[in-house]
Amino acid sequence: MPEINETKLRNATIAVLVDNEPGILARVVGLFSGRGYNIESLTVAPVDEERAISRITIVTSGTEMVIEQIKAQLDRLVPVRKVCDLSIEGPHLARELMLIKVVCTGEQRMEALRLADAFRARVIDATTASFVFEMTGNGDKLEAFTALMRPLGLAEVVRTGVIGIARGTYSLKA
Amino acid sequence: MSATLQTTAAAAETMSGAEIVLRALKEQGVEVIFGYPGGAVLPLYDALFNQNAIRHILVRHEQAAVHAAEGYARSTGKVGCVLVTSGPGATNAVTGLLDALMDSIPLVCLTGQVPTHLIGNDAFQEADTTGITRPVTKHNYLVKDIKKLAGVVHEAFYVARSGRPGPVVIDLPKDILIGQGPYSEAPTAPHRSYRPQREPNAELVAQAVKLLKGAKRPIVYAGGGVVNAGPEASALLTEFVRLTGFPCTNTLMGLGTYPSTDKQFVGMLGMHGTYEANLAMHGCDVMLNVGARFDDRVTGRLNAFAPTSKKIHIDIDQSSINKNVPVDIALVGDAGLTLKALLEAWKASEQPQHTGALAEWWTLIEEWRGKDCLRYRQEGSIIKPQHAIRRLYELTRETQRDTFITTEVGQHQMWAAQYFGFEKPNRWMTSGGLGTMGYGLPAGMGVQIAHPDALVIDIAGEASILMNIQEMATLAQYRLPVKVFILNNEYMGMVRQWQELLHGGRYSESYSAALPDFVKLAESFHARGLRVTRPEDLDAGIREMLAHPGPVIMDCAVAKDENCFPMIPSGAAHNEMILGPDQEGGVKGVTDEGKVLV
Ligand SMILES: Cc1ncc(C[n+]2csc(CCOP(=O)(O)OP(=O)(O)O)c2C)c(N)n1
Ligand SMILES: [Mg+2]
Repeated sequence: MPEINETKLRNATIAVLVDNEPGILARVVGLFSGRGYNIESLTVAPVDEERAISRITIVTSGTEMVIEQIKAQLDRLVPVRKVCDLSIEGPHLARELMLIKVVCTGEQRMEALRLADAFRARVIDATTASFVFEMTGNGDKLEAFTALMRPLGLAEVVRTGVIGIARGTYSLKA
Repeated sequence: MSATLQTTAAAAETMSGAEIVLRALKEQGVEVIFGYPGGAVLPLYDALFNQNAIRHILVRHEQAAVHAAEGYARSTGKVGCVLVTSGPGATNAVTGLLDALMDSIPLVCLTGQVPTHLIGNDAFQEADTTGITRPVTKHNYLVKDIKKLAGVVHEAFYVARSGRPGPVVIDLPKDILIGQGPYSEAPTAPHRSYRPQREPNAELVAQAVKLLKGAKRPIVYAGGGVVNAGPEASALLTEFVRLTGFPCTNTLMGLGTYPSTDKQFVGMLGMHGTYEANLAMHGCDVMLNVGARFDDRVTGRLNAFAPTSKKIHIDIDQSSINKNVPVDIALVGDAGLTLKALLEAWKASEQPQHTGALAEWWTLIEEWRGKDCLRYRQEGSIIKPQHAIRRLYELTRETQRDTFITTEVGQHQMWAAQYFGFEKPNRWMTSGGLGTMGYGLPAGMGVQIAHPDALVIDIAGEASILMNIQEMATLAQYRLPVKVFILNNEYMGMVRQWQELLHGGRYSESYSAALPDFVKLAESFHARGLRVTRPEDLDAGIREMLAHPGPVIMDCAVAKDENCFPMIPSGAAHNEMILGPDQEGGVKGVTDEGKVLV
């Protein structure tokens, strides 16, 4: 018999191809809030202008049963064309873009620059009293860098949320 | 000359938005629309005025329009259609829409909207209708481009009836209804994204048959999905149950999918289900769920639900599978097509059944059945509600008329489910998922519109009936001979029962004070009013109601403190059922966990 009361949580990165129409984001977000699912991050942007298709990446967590539910619930939304659980479909890449502002002077500036170099963060804006770094990577890397910047004058962070894609030849098509 | 011809041909395809809507409705086979006018939909009412193909039924409240469309849809298998104005018209429809969503009833509801240039300005009677109705519909649309209007209407009907059916809202700004645009016919190509799976996976069907053939203590548990799959699905269910020799139980929504008088039928299951159905569910080794959703009213406490069973679940909605109860074999597909596949695979398989074990299982079930859990004693000078329903059932059967029952919500609803028998699907309309008081009268109206010659009875409670009592006027206007049979216990009986069992008998606000004189009330709405208080007058009263050619309210005074048993209290398991006072087994307490549940 399948296990009832399963409590083991897992993370899932779910890619969803949707018709780019008004209200689609509200539908997806409403589904998560209405049914009490977690959203750790959600990103959306058009990926096929001609066919008006957008791609949403949702990072969520839950028991296996809940994640199956989330996928089935997404799949039955009328404007949803495809749902793919990148976390179980095979190896995948997940990336996030972060812009981070550090306000500092003197030795702290040098230290910030050195660390940015080590993390391959790019300087995209600089004044005598501040930097804005741009950095892509997975969540762990962004968080590690943010933590290092904190004592050096971290002033502001903005992150896009995760986008993901499968490795290899497998492609998600609507 | 040819130039003129061309222009006329092209002109014929261009019409006002309102005309586009009506033409698309006609193309979709709509014959009746339940509605209520207002400023934003006047262009549609104008277009309705000029045609005869679609009949408009004027209700007295928009909620009733939706329930009427539900009754129409549930009793015919067609998509019900509703038309309401913007703002309050749309918000009044919300309860009905959610009711239809929960019970998977196909509807298309047209709502008026302020003109597109005013949207977002807090204009008079503006509401964010797509925002408000998003969580209460299967899908909704706001039409902002008249070129898309015809396509949206066609798609709405497709979405409403395909897969797991449900309500769809189309929000129509007034300028779109007035503007001129092109008409297009329903597309023949498959929908770009919404294509529910109807045929089950053959490999899984074979596995299911293997499991079913090997069953020693099987049970078939059939729900509303079988009704939605059309009458053929119920016929296939019956064939399957008879062929296998398995016991069959129905959910509240599934009543009628298997003939209630058949000896393999063990009655309804769940919170107020029969002793034999619930114990058979609890003790089974293989369960076949056909078109039901393991609702909490059915399963009781989840970790004690059918603990020794392997489960097969047939459902057209993937998201119903493994939602509450993990299953061993999931057959995603239409209930009818899947039953057909199961029957074929069963017949083709040479694997023998455990006939000996099955016979033993039946002996056990008969023992449970012998307890006669629905027994009641009609004695003394007060009518027992159970007896009233029994007699209503028996006397309606004597008329041999095709009978459709709707209900309100409460104890009377459960007694109706327990004591009224159904032989066919589509004859039982009740608000199962949402439990909406005020559902029965308007739903009955919709049923009667669809079946003018049939006998339609709303089994009501004195509290519920007041929630849409204004629809008596609709009955009068259209001469709809719906019978309202009120089990008047002067209490919100179901609330009173929970207060008795769970809240120490503190009957807070559950007494039906200041009730109207239902006889006079009926008469003021041009209907017949009857009141019966004594057991010896019950039959005559019911006969008079049934014989009257027009609408009737029969106010039947019943015992005030009767409880509905058996009952599985919230948070309890199937084998922790409370039986009636006439049964040994006594009332057990409710756990603290149970008390937080509804
Ligand atoms: C719209 C709505 N409000 C409240 C309830 C909660 N409720 C469930 S049953 C019930 C009492 C119904 O009383 P009545 O119609 O007299 O039926 P009875 O239980 O007495 O047969 C109430 C208030 C509900 N189901 N629906
Ligand atoms: Mg009552």
